[in-house]
Amino acid sequence: MKSKLNLDFDLVKRARGASKKIALDVQDFIDLHTTVTVERTIVRLFGIDGVDEIGTPLPNVVVEHVKENGGIERGIAFWLGNAAVHTGKTPQEIAEAVASAELNLTRVPMQDKEAIKARIDEWAEISVEKIWEKRLERENTIERIGEGEKPYLYVIVATGNVYEDAIQAQAAARQGADIIAVIRSTAQSLLDYVPYGATTEGFGGTYATQENFKIVRKALDEVGEEVGRYIRLCNYCSGLCMPEIAAMGAIERLDVMLNDALYGILFRDINMQRTFVDQYFSRVINGFAGIIINTGEDNYLTTADAVEEAHTVLASQFINEQFALVAGLPEEQMGLGHAFEMNPKEENGFLWELAQAQMTREIFYVSPLKYMPPTKFMTGDIFKGHVQNSLFNLISIWTNQGIQLLGMLTEAIHTPHLHDRALMIENAKYVFNNCKDLGEEIEFKKAGIIQKRAQKVLEEATKLIEEIERNGMYNTIEQGKFGGVKRSRTGGKGLRGVIKKDDEYYNPFIDLMLRRDV
Amino acid sequence: MAAGKIDYTKIKPYGDTLNDGMTQISFTLPIPCDEKGIEAAKQLAAKMGIEEPSVVHAKDLGVGYTYFILYGKCKHTVNYEVIKVVKVETDVMSRKEVEKFIEQNIKKEIVILGACTGSDAHTVGIDAIMNMKGYDGHYGLERYKGVDALNMGSQVENEELIAKAIELKADAILVSQIVTQKDIHVNNLTNLVELMEAEGIRDDIILICGGPRINHELAKELGYDAGFGPGTYAEEVASFVVNEIVARKNK
Repeated sequence: MKSKLNLDFDLVKRARGASKKIALDVQDFIDLHTTVTVERTIVRLFGIDGVDEIGTPLPNVVVEHVKENGGIERGIAFWLGNAAVHTGKTPQEIAEAVASAELNLTRVPMQDKEAIKARIDEWAEISVEKIWEKRLERENTIERIGEGEKPYLYVIVATGNVYEDAIQAQAAARQGADIIAVIRSTAQSLLDYVPYGATTEGFGGTYATQENFKIVRKALDEVGEEVGRYIRLCNYCSGLCMPEIAAMGAIERLDVMLNDALYGILFRDINMQRTFVDQYFSRVINGFAGIIINTGEDNYLTTADAVEEAHTVLASQFINEQFALVAGLPEEQMGLGHAFEMNPKEENGFLWELAQAQMTREIFYVSPLKYMPPTKFMTGDIFKGHVQNSLFNLISIWTNQGIQLLGMLTEAIHTPHLHDRALMIENAKYVFNNCKDLGEEIEFKKAGIIQKRAQKVLEEATKLIEEIERNGMYNTIEQGKFGGVKRSRTGGKGLRGVIKKDDEYYNPFIDLMLRRDV
Repeated sequence: MAAGKIDYTKIKPYGDTLNDGMTQISFTLPIPCDEKGIEAAKQLAAKMGIEEPSVVHAKDLGVGYTYFILYGKCKHTVNYEVIKVVKVETDVMSRKEVEKFIEQNIKKEIVILGACTGSDAHTVGIDAIMNMKGYDGHYGLERYKGVDALNMGSQVENEELIAKAIELKADAILVSQIVTQKDIHVNNLTNLVELMEAEGIRDDIILICGGPRINHELAKELGYDAGFGPGTYAEEVASFVVNEIVARKNK
């Protein structure tokens, strides 16, 4: 592809090389550690579900039990496998026996190591096969009924009642949406467990629960058949239970997941050591399940300035790309995030937004880039907001973005009403259709405002990445280089859930999921 | 600008002629998009006090519901002359003026804490007021000479906020609440006042809240010293705080 921006691709290569080293450096730490939620994910993938008599999820009960009795360093799979070989019980039966205090996993007599491993592998293969079937189900459905054209129109529903969400989601699909995100309760990212069952009274959204996933998935499958397009479902695999939610999403055939450790560190104050370990397993699962991840770089621009800090977005995209590749998640599933967040009063601001979007497209030319709408400079003036969103839509079609998170004219006022969503879908469809091949027709002036802006952002991003390579990821975050937010290595939530693996630690899923030829 | 004389005891909407009452309305009704639906929208507008309602646009929203845009003439009037509103009564100073005011009248650095409390993770409002960069060309409090501003960020528990306020001997606390579903912001804000009263520090600290659904009247009702709605800049909050500090000193 010929660069319209006259970008220096040697610089891109340098930035990628440095990013890879940064990711591998963090990966060295990741490989030596596990976390409570990684272990609970393994438990869930073995098919253990449900809650005990006081409502604690069984995956938490089992992992806490082994942690308290001293043994989690070996990995939960080992203890479940050992108990199964000894008692002949299924994982679910074992979990229930632990919950009712009939069974202490660490006191079960040690069984033959080979037999334990064979049992674990047998469970894991069944589980992985189920997820693979879900992936094929998605691919076959798209093959059979088709899908929307890119940029996919992405809208949110946020009623707080999952049954109401399902109705709104169907309405949005009929109006033309391709991806429906069910907004998650604001506080869930800080919960170190995944709530159980359907949510009917959520604050600021519903919980990401397996039951909620199932309910909305069914509604979208129904409406997809009706409108003749596969409708993708999006939720949030972020916060303290990243990999568990990834596993639930893989099992219930979600299609898109927000998934970004940096976002959690900066904006939810989650401990960085914890969330990097969690992110790795979650990306392995997402990658295997064919789920598109969305990264959260766009959020930097809600706290930092979009003009001055544009290079931090690009730098983070480069690093996120490498974190994803290490976890076996291919470029086709990397919805790297960026946003249209410059102050509308900025002279030539549109040109700079255009430069950023085109640059991102050229550098990550396979990724279904996730483009986020104006939020920071949206006001109660809905008429102006409608125009801001039109400009945003224009850039998206012009630069061939992958996922268009539709801006709402009532952003900054309330969560979207039924007609807000309809108006914005209509806006996007109008612009996308009216300007469909604009990008094919227009080139940019050599050394003009747009070219120079993109070149400058790439240079600054490369410089920043090379600085991070020298200082390390952790130090960089401690210095507040992303989003202007400083976080310490041992601060934030969830550090207590990080565990150093012992020599015999075993997680059967990593190899099974990475090995499979997609 | 009006050709006629405005009667301030009987104010009504203006389209292009004084007292024409011209009003635009839009809403969705849970009914199909047809002639009968249009008539229903007109009748509803009439009940809202709209005369000669005309539906200029009706669109099926895909679930058997219809979106309407209407114009008509509002028949109601209000008496502008007798209206009184509760608002923050402070002359707004510029950043430079605030800095000078602190230097001349307070003579010490003032400490202002900011936080988005409870489960609320939306920091765009508190960031606009607190952060160095500010918002829309208006610098935030971190930039102010004479102000020691600390933005604690999102999802701060009320207990944590109070502990920090005691530790730093804060002069003022700014609380931002954006999520308002089921009035969660009111519960959060009330809880903070109760905890501060229990700690015996409520009267020592200027307590301010802000957010899209906050206004001064609601803030006063909840036991705050001031409340600021959308579109507020840092200098407005700063002006209130420094004036209040001096006013309290002189009491």
